[in-house]
Amino acid sequence: MPSTHDWINEPLGVAEGMFAVSQSSQATGWEAKVVEFFKDQLKEKEAQTAVPSLNDVPLHYLKPDGLVKFRCLVQDMFDPEFYMGVYETVDPSTGAKTLRSGRYKDVAECSVDFSSKHTVTVERQTFYCVPIPGENPWVKEMYAGASQARVVPSTSYVPSRQKRSYEDMDVQPQKQRDAQAGSPSPAEPHGNGDCKRQETEAPSGQTTTASHLDLNFPLPGEKGPSCLVKVYEDWDSFKLNDALEVYGVLSVSPALSALADEKDALLDPSGCMETAEEQRVHSPPASLVPRLHMLYAKRLPHNNPLLPCTTPQDNSAFFSSTLAEMASVRAELHSFFTRVLLGDALAAEYLILQLVSTVYSRRDVLPLGKFTVNLSGCPAVASYAERLYQIIQQLVPSSFYLAMSLQNMNRMRLVPKKDYVANRLVSGALQLDKNTSLFLDETRLEQGQLDATGVRNVTALGNLISWQKVDYDFSYHQMEFPCNVNVLVVSEGRSLLPSDCHVRLQPQVAPVTMEEYVSSIQVHPHAASQLNKFRIYLSVARLLDYSISDNVTKSVEDDFVDMRKDDPQSVSAEDLHRLLVVARLLSLSLGRTSLSRDTWLQAKHMEAQRRSRLEQHRSVNGNEP
Amino acid sequence: MSSPASTPRGRKRGRSSNPSTPSSRGPTSPSSQRRRGQDSSTGDLMPMPVSPATDMLSPATPQDTSLFSSPRPSVLPNEVDMSSPLMYGTPSSRVEGTPRSGVRGTPARQRPDLGSVRKAPQVDLHSDAPSADGGAAASEPNAAQRLVIWGTDVNVGACKEKFQRFLQRFIDPTSTEDENAGLDLNEPLYMQKLEEISVVGDPVLNVNCQHVQSFDAEMYRQLVCYPQEVIPTFDMAVNELFFERFPDSVLEYQIQVRPYNALKTRNMRSLNPEDIDQLITISGMVIRTSQLIPEMQEAFFQCQVCAFSARVEVDRGRIAEPAVCRHCNTTHGLALVHNRSVFSDKQMIKIQESPEDMPAGQTPHTTIVYAHNDLVDKVQPGDRVNITGVYRAVPMRVNPRQSNVKSVYKTHIDAIHFRKTDEKRLHGLDEEAEQKLFTEDRVQTLKELAAKPDVYERLSAALAPSIYEHEDIKKGILLQLFGGTRKDFSQTGRGNFRAEVNILLCGDPGTSKSQLLQYVYNLVPRGQYTSGKGSSAVGLTAYVMKDPETRQLVLQTGALVLSDNGICCIDEFDKMSDNTRSVLHEVMEQQTLSIAKAGIICQLNARTAVLAAANPVESQWNPKKTTIENIQLPHTLLSRFDLIFLMLDPQDEAYDRRLAHHLVSLYYQSEEQMEEEFLDMAVLKDYIAYARTYISPRLSEEASQALIEAYVDMRKIGSGHGMVSAYPRQLESLIRLAEAHAKVRFSEKVETIDVEEAKRLHREALKQSATDPRTGFVDISILTTGMSATARKRKEEVAQALRKLIQTKGKTPAMKYQQLLDDLRGQSETAITKELFDEALRALADDDYLTVTGKTVRLLA
Repeated sequence: MPSTHDWINEPLGVAEGMFAVSQSSQATGWEAKVVEFFKDQLKEKEAQTAVPSLNDVPLHYLKPDGLVKFRCLVQDMFDPEFYMGVYETVDPSTGAKTLRSGRYKDVAECSVDFSSKHTVTVERQTFYCVPIPGENPWVKEMYAGASQARVVPSTSYVPSRQKRSYEDMDVQPQKQRDAQAGSPSPAEPHGNGDCKRQETEAPSGQTTTASHLDLNFPLPGEKGPSCLVKVYEDWDSFKLNDALEVYGVLSVSPALSALADEKDALLDPSGCMETAEEQRVHSPPASLVPRLHMLYAKRLPHNNPLLPCTTPQDNSAFFSSTLAEMASVRAELHSFFTRVLLGDALAAEYLILQLVSTVYSRRDVLPLGKFTVNLSGCPAVASYAERLYQIIQQLVPSSFYLAMSLQNMNRMRLVPKKDYVANRLVSGALQLDKNTSLFLDETRLEQGQLDATGVRNVTALGNLISWQKVDYDFSYHQMEFPCNVNVLVVSEGRSLLPSDCHVRLQPQVAPVTMEEYVSSIQVHPHAASQLNKFRIYLSVARLLDYSISDNVTKSVEDDFVDMRKDDPQSVSAEDLHRLLVVARLLSLSLGRTSLSRDTWLQAKHMEAQRRSRLEQHRSVNGNEP
Repeated sequence: MSSPASTPRGRKRGRSSNPSTPSSRGPTSPSSQRRRGQDSSTGDLMPMPVSPATDMLSPATPQDTSLFSSPRPSVLPNEVDMSSPLMYGTPSSRVEGTPRSGVRGTPARQRPDLGSVRKAPQVDLHSDAPSADGGAAASEPNAAQRLVIWGTDVNVGACKEKFQRFLQRFIDPTSTEDENAGLDLNEPLYMQKLEEISVVGDPVLNVNCQHVQSFDAEMYRQLVCYPQEVIPTFDMAVNELFFERFPDSVLEYQIQVRPYNALKTRNMRSLNPEDIDQLITISGMVIRTSQLIPEMQEAFFQCQVCAFSARVEVDRGRIAEPAVCRHCNTTHGLALVHNRSVFSDKQMIKIQESPEDMPAGQTPHTTIVYAHNDLVDKVQPGDRVNITGVYRAVPMRVNPRQSNVKSVYKTHIDAIHFRKTDEKRLHGLDEEAEQKLFTEDRVQTLKELAAKPDVYERLSAALAPSIYEHEDIKKGILLQLFGGTRKDFSQTGRGNFRAEVNILLCGDPGTSKSQLLQYVYNLVPRGQYTSGKGSSAVGLTAYVMKDPETRQLVLQTGALVLSDNGICCIDEFDKMSDNTRSVLHEVMEQQTLSIAKAGIICQLNARTAVLAAANPVESQWNPKKTTIENIQLPHTLLSRFDLIFLMLDPQDEAYDRRLAHHLVSLYYQSEEQMEEEFLDMAVLKDYIAYARTYISPRLSEEASQALIEAYVDMRKIGSGHGMVSAYPRQLESLIRLAEAHAKVRFSEKVETIDVEEAKRLHREALKQSATDPRTGFVDISILTTGMSATARKRKEEVAQALRKLIQTKGKTPAMKYQQLLDDLRGQSETAITKELFDEALRALADDDYLTVTGKTVRLLA
């Protein structure tokens, strides 16, 4: 069997070896054997980390035809292509014929004998993959730090860098405020950090400044390689917007770029089949968009580097240990959030619930478990909302900040749209991985008129919140794609968007000192270990299972009936829905996988508090709808 | 993944990848400098009555006949070698010198859709032919009849004969295709079509592959597997037959056979390498069409020195430029003359999978289609089409100088036949396009389900299981999903009867009306969901816009037209502007939509069922008011709804408990558990689709009696209290509901139980929506006139009282308005509102008793 070095550096050699064996022994199924082999090799965590990752190693440091991994999101699916699965080559000098396999390759060797009887045409599928949109810098750096593949000695991924970029961010609040509305400002400082890093690591200037080539990232201001992943098996099981970790053979042959074909276009009858634009999109230069021939891919249940990449069932040891200390971590997080939310303990509770919510099931059209919180009454001073986002950004693996300014709503593309000229799905900001936190900043609203795009965008946000789905625009028809995005709406008054739960913020800070207080909110750099605890906590709580025992069901039912008896107007079916979600999230946030009577009462109490707060506010401020 | 069979594929690949060595063949094959591959078939027309042109060419005649009359071996039994099918496609070399007009004055037209047929076996003709023959057939005695086209098992003679027999004999008495309208179904179908061709002069014969299959499965297999060889054979056969039958008819060019409806592949997603070079039919939506591409078929070269001309056929996009003039032997003296070269039309069309064919969570696939000659510009972006054509794969070249090849093929389809699936939607029913294919098993399951006595309850329970109770509403929606039977009374002047059931849901906010609508929208294949707040009249109907590409005015259809044959769900119906709502009047009864704007005047079909949801005006339902008063919708519109349901919060303990249980279970049951309890959504979908397509129940005798009784009863109920509780519209509703219920049972007959259920449901809905809050009686006039009978009576009374009051005042020709009102108020025991007073005045004015001018009331007469 080949050594570690071999299968990482020359995976094609392994595949070819197996192909040759199968040819001589007339055995079939060598493809399965190859996949099996790599799956076996990659079982060990060490082996996985030894594979260089496209996410954090610049492309030009990677060995062509070597094994790489890529953490990505399926952004678009191209049409299946037919390739020569098996073909015969003729040696021009000796005339000897050899059978070769075209699997995991883009370009066939010279002097292919086209009239050979042994040629076999096979189908494969191409996915256009981008790095997970909105993946926060801490996630990227931690993954990079865990990687053992030191391709180039000079490249160092010291985790301490991470702090530096945070400091950058903290000393430049002014700059953030001035940042362009088009690209969400908090992303800006990281961009700076990235640039710096790239300067040190990639002196040859392999910055992804492909001005003429739109790499089609869902979110503005994103960086990173995108990739054409060729899938050989079972491609029907992959879905659009799946987050994957792909292991595959890297192919960067310059022959792949569309530009190489250009001169040929006149002569080649196949050249005029596609428009120039389409060619540019479907065969971009391999130096910018490498090809990746998938050997093996796994779906990522989450993209938190601190968690083992498995489900709770498979890794019970890790999860039971975290479960034990969940309650204490929650308490810490709660006090932290209380401070951040200007001393409002109730809002802090709801913020925790919002962060651990996830759509766990769908009953016909109804998504269950979604929990969109509208945090109203946010002070408009000192860009409070942005600060809040920066803190959330430190805690969740991926997030996106959308300032709902008039300009943004009218200009941004939120809904992905099919571009028939280039034959691709042009991404929009709502093409997000599951469990991405979407932060809608409504404090940035201003007076003005929404145009047609703006109205569509607001409708799309509304649909996302109420049904957890996005209708992708296919021009002649729309297609519905379910999603699972945590939405937090921050606004001054009640939000114009629907929400599951409206919490009125009650700052405990005197308005005079507000500005000072707000600018003092930040993540302390020394609290890295605490931060990690929070990060693990939030991700784990999302993955837990949940149940309600029969007698609790009974008591919940009784409770509901009693509440209705007192005042039928006060509690509707919708309220019960919300109560059940709150109870569920509350249990999970405490690390309990089944609902207890206490938690139920606590949930009821929280809801009552929240409602009375709204009532109070309404009576103070009569015109609140 | 599939790896295709070897022989034919290998050959084809070899052919298509040859261009690396074109120079080797160019000059050595003079045959390729001939014009038309299918000139050959003109040879077959020889024995026919002759025109002067033929006479002139008579020397060529015997030769031609001998070459191409192999299907009639009796005539020329020993010309076996020469009639070898291998010659097919390259015979043009034999008729060299034949003028372009051909024997019969009917030129053949190239079929670029089938690719360069003539090139197929060429190389092998002399070298490989013996061996190929030997391998394929020659071992048999009497090899003549056994010869096949190289690489296939098609014997040209046999195939031609078979096809002619098919044309002459095929009868399909059960044909329902609209294309066959006007043809005698008991006569050979295609002979009638040939006759049509001779009259109309459009030389295209569309052949349904299903017919071929039922006639001769072997021929069908060959057609599907080797379209490139078989279709030209069909062409030959058809032309022979045609000119035999109609020797005098003049056609622009020879008849081309266009097969369609090959059942090989239905779905773009299932295309795989095995389909390469086969005849396939796929459905999809046109998303882009290119400009017309002139494709050179034949290059015309002229020698600069001696003006000698040479024609070179284009071979896979390449022209083998003759290096030496054959006449004066000048080298490199030939120049291409563009306007004497022959071009054919070509168009690139992109089609995309139709949304129904797609698995969830994937993006649609696209395929490139090339249309040639008269198929160019047959389809427009947005059209749903069924395309029959030949699937092709061409290897992509990386660099012409190195023969390094990208190991990827480009695929496209050469279109042979387009069939628009939505073309006929404007004209009439298109059951076929709607038809979903059900497997035997599926039909069996559905029928089993239908046989269950409680199928109605089961289905209604399966509808939106997450929404609690509201049994009757769900049942109503279920019936709406099935719809009534379509009836056509256009002969008697009444036009189509509405078969769709319209439903209005009104009630308190937060009673999951929107959820129901969403569910229905997701369930039906052609559903539309709009919100009353966000939609304008044009958004619902149609609007004219300028297409940015073509700069032409195009009609863009709105939600109502798009949901033709489906359900249009309109949320927040009450928030709709009056203007918008008014377009619904026509749609909801006549099922059409008339448009007159920007020079476009037309009537579109909008046979859509409307499912609307409305909130009460006062945000909470006021039980003291009538439906109309609660939702403030015009009664003209309300009366068009078959069923109006109220969704109210019942506010009763037992209900609360069940509701709580239902909701809680929603939150902890695993998905499998829930699946068990209810029918799968997919089954429900199929069930509905099946019933809608295949079942069209008719009223039985008892059922019609029951309906009559029910109607009479309804009228009677009202008449006791001096009100009308039913109008013919209600009878129609009852019929529709009864039919829909019969459909649920998969019954072709409407029986009494259907009528019973229809009555019950209708009554339930009426009870909820048309109860007069003042009296507690059901009063349909609330919905039909917007006013309950009691209210009307009250108006009468006030008017009478007023008249009396005025009469007691004696002869005063004019009175103050306010004075009169005060007097009346003082006189009456009950409170009289200003509105009531106004109405009374108006009633009297209508009787010409008085007139009201400003603030004075004048008596007339």
